[in-house]
Amino acid sequence: MDKYVCLVCGYVYDPEVGDPDNDIAPGTAFADIPEDWVCPICSAPKDQFDKE
Amino acid sequence: MKALQIAEGIYDVGATDWNVRDFHGYSTDKGSTYNAFLIIDEKITLIDTVKEEFTEQMMEKIASVIDPKKIDYIISNHTEMDHSGALPRVVHRIGKDTPVYCSKMGLKNLSAHFGNKINFRAVADGEELSLGKRTLQFFETRMIHWPDSMFSYLKEDKILFSSDAFGQHYAGPEHFDDQIGEAIMPHAKKYFANILWLFAPMIKGLLTKLNGLNLPIEMICPDHGILWRDNPAKIVETYAEWCELQPQQNKALVIYDSMWHSTEAMADEIVAGLTAEGMVAKPMNLRHCHRSDVVTEAFDAKAIVVGSPTLNNGLFPTVADFLTYLKGLKPKNKQAAAFGSYGWSGEAPKLVAEQLAGMDLEMVEDPLRVQYVPDQEGCESCYEFGRRIAQAMK
Repeated sequence: MDKYVCLVCGYVYDPEVGDPDNDIAPGTAFADIPEDWVCPICSAPKDQFDKE
Repeated sequence: MKALQIAEGIYDVGATDWNVRDFHGYSTDKGSTYNAFLIIDEKITLIDTVKEEFTEQMMEKIASVIDPKKIDYIISNHTEMDHSGALPRVVHRIGKDTPVYCSKMGLKNLSAHFGNKINFRAVADGEELSLGKRTLQFFETRMIHWPDSMFSYLKEDKILFSSDAFGQHYAGPEHFDDQIGEAIMPHAKKYFANILWLFAPMIKGLLTKLNGLNLPIEMICPDHGILWRDNPAKIVETYAEWCELQPQQNKALVIYDSMWHSTEAMADEIVAGLTAEGMVAKPMNLRHCHRSDVVTEAFDAKAIVVGSPTLNNGLFPTVADFLTYLKGLKPKNKQAAAFGSYGWSGEAPKLVAEQLAGMDLEMVEDPLRVQYVPDQEGCESCYEFGRRIAQAMK
């Protein structure tokens, strides 16, 4: 599964790790994250992410 | 103007902005400073710069120590223009190839601000740069408070250059914590509440990381205000406390504006009701209290009660302003309620309540409305409203 990088702050979403602090379980592909999820670092919306 | 030596071979070459009273929406009643630091070692290093219009003041201070052309390295901890504004002129003056070290995101953001003519060099989190006898180590501190923010730590001198963290908007005759004492803390708190509140979860993480690194810290030099040399641990510990976002359990704030004193009368009755139930409550009129002072008070309040008269079917402008400002700070762990007087329609209290609920605050009452001037019955309903909010706070 691909990693995605936040264009605003540089945070990298790693599907293997997920974002458990915000209820995204490890193993969740970026495409499967709910649309209202935001970057855990800078709060940028999902459309501000690009494939790494 | 002479530079102030803050440690052996290390100088504050920043500028004092005695006259600034509004810092993009933040009321700076005591002015501010844009701190920048010069390290004299085998490699002469400038850490951060100043707001563009203070370039000459900084250059004069640098020149009081050394020929500015001898500067070998510039460190940019933060892109925001009060720290980077002077960069193009400084680089032009001291030599266009002078490397400017910054974080990875700093490279992106500084380039976006100033183009590609400056020799920006990105450093990794934890990377070190030898200045000769001394070593600078860099730590990424993303979103404290921009994506590019970083700390620079001078290992041998145990000095942390913390950019916008641990700062205060304060200009005074004092330069160090031991010269001003407790009087600086309200400024530090206002700064945290207005600038860093929303980043509290990230600052908490950063403090944990810093603790894990076990860096001995003898001085913290923020980019605004006084430097912490007597007790640098104090501001770090206070930040850890603030990051918990735990309100004072008995503190309530009634924030409002009023057109013809009716919403004001309601606010006073609500305060009386809250007080009767043992709460520490006070009204803050948004026409007379600056939004950034209101936010400072709201930061540790357990309950905020927001009142707006209805103007042309909508919110009163000062209340809309305040709610917009508050929303951006992402308040948490608070109770809230809305009220207001109205003439013929009275939408404002409901609109206030919707905005407060949208911030995930716990709404403890339905919006309270009174038409025109509150009569005795209206006043009593406000008093009871205050009492019920106090009950909910207990």
